[in-house]
Amino acid sequence: MNNSLTSRAKKLFINALMLVISCMWLIPIWMMMIYATHPDNVIFSGELVFNPGTDFFKNFAILQGKQDFSMAIFNSVIIAGFSTLLGLLVASMAGYALARFAFRGRNSLFALIIFILAVPSAAIVIPEYIIVVKHMGLSNNYAGVILPYLANAVGVFFMRQSFLNLPSETLEAAYLDGASEWKIFYSIALPIVRPALASLGIILFVAHWNDYLWPMLVMTSEQYQTAPIALGRLIGLANIEWGAMMVGASLMTVPFLLLFLILQKQIIAGITSGATK
Amino acid sequence: MLRNRYTPYAFLSPYIIVFSVFWLVPILFSFAMSFMNTRSRTWQFDFFLNWGRLLEDELLWQALKNTFLIIALQVPAMLMLAVFAAVLLNSKDLNFKGLHRFAIFAPIVVAEAAYAVIFRLLFNDNFGFVNNMLALINIDAIAWTNSSSGATALIAIGLTWRWTGYNAIIILAGLQNIPKDLYEASELEGASPWQQFTKITLPLLKPAILLCLVLSTFGTLQLFTEPTLLTEGGPGGSTTTVAMYMYSQGFKSFNFGYGSAIAYLIVFLGLTLSLLQFKLFGGKPDE
Repeated sequence: MNNSLTSRAKKLFINALMLVISCMWLIPIWMMMIYATHPDNVIFSGELVFNPGTDFFKNFAILQGKQDFSMAIFNSVIIAGFSTLLGLLVASMAGYALARFAFRGRNSLFALIIFILAVPSAAIVIPEYIIVVKHMGLSNNYAGVILPYLANAVGVFFMRQSFLNLPSETLEAAYLDGASEWKIFYSIALPIVRPALASLGIILFVAHWNDYLWPMLVMTSEQYQTAPIALGRLIGLANIEWGAMMVGASLMTVPFLLLFLILQKQIIAGITSGATK
Repeated sequence: MLRNRYTPYAFLSPYIIVFSVFWLVPILFSFAMSFMNTRSRTWQFDFFLNWGRLLEDELLWQALKNTFLIIALQVPAMLMLAVFAAVLLNSKDLNFKGLHRFAIFAPIVVAEAAYAVIFRLLFNDNFGFVNNMLALINIDAIAWTNSSSGATALIAIGLTWRWTGYNAIIILAGLQNIPKDLYEASELEGASPWQQFTKITLPLLKPAILLCLVLSTFGTLQLFTEPTLLTEGGPGGSTTTVAMYMYSQGFKSFNFGYGSAIAYLIVFLGLTLSLLQFKLFGGKPDE
């Protein structure tokens, strides 16, 4: 009797505590979406608003008037999309070679990749800029942003781990049947690791979509800027339009929140296997 | 069984090319630049110019101090919160787990620029929601962007909101790897939940927490976007981080050599701190 009472109290306590934390965590996202639909005088009240307003399109028009945000979203889609697809291809080819073949230099190459994982990307931004912008002349060019993203050690590491679990008998059998190595990779190995590709793909897409410093350095003209850069430029203006800015933040965030709702499992798998293996 | 000996290299070649051009060359180039005077018309080797300047540049030391203050305040608090959240999320007594998981984990897909903008609004000194709520419980408005302690706290709060879920995911995976029978056995021996937490959970979580500690320290050492968009490094340079200082040296003063030296300082500090953390907290769990 007493025991069940304390266990019920414990249950209540745990649920109440978690509810408070979750609410605090959701408030910024909620306020972003709800403020996007209200005029600035509601925003200036600084109150927790529950009902959506009717000013979303008005705020969007203000946003679009200050920065070409539709174009920025388009640029972000192109950059994140191509970086992800090409990044997956490059990383899975390299990961496959490291996992499946014994060859001279394999161990030192793998050690090098582990070492690179430990070098912060901020450290190479200056020379990268000089090479890509000054020497290759790729400023305001999609390739200028995308190409350096492809040298992603995390991806190679992640794909190598996935290919290590492949049943080597299946691959050997295909080889003995006369299939080419490329065909074995493309039509047997890749389909088996599809879940890993999905996890890595989502993580790469989100990371490239969200990146700020690198696209800011390469895409200096408004026509080529990505969504985060457009937001950053809005905040630098003397007269900040808060409603418009919340529209911008929502447009670049809400699709990912929905994606996260649907693909939570893959995203979490990507983070934990990338981090713990 | 003969296979073409070039096959592995063919598969590796795209990565090796991008890796060489966009990683290896830059990092070596940067190292060389750090020993050059890059502000003369033709770049010249000047061995101690930049590295010597590191030691006596007060603005750099201020930026280092700011960065380490944020790390010291934010990382331990966030990791404790992440462990706490992971334990709650793992509890069999918790209802609506999916909803709570979404609330804590969702920030990992929110762009730095997006949440910086939101936090800048919610924590606005004059009309922000947070100061409004504080007024309800009779706390005076906090100068989140106009005082150095407020600005530092604001960045720490923002980072905690954004990254607690990420760390909680790693810790939750660690929790789920702890064998359940350890708890059952200790329960039979009459251990209290607190004893179970300190004697079983924490020691077995140590590798996961250590990983989070290293990743968070490394990440915060490179902090750039949040202070740029939330506080613009202010007030009075009190939230200018080392990465922001490197950026301003490299891309505002166009002093690539000195910027490269600062970049190498960041790498050096990051690796040293990680090694130190592995030394201090590594080792085998006690059990």
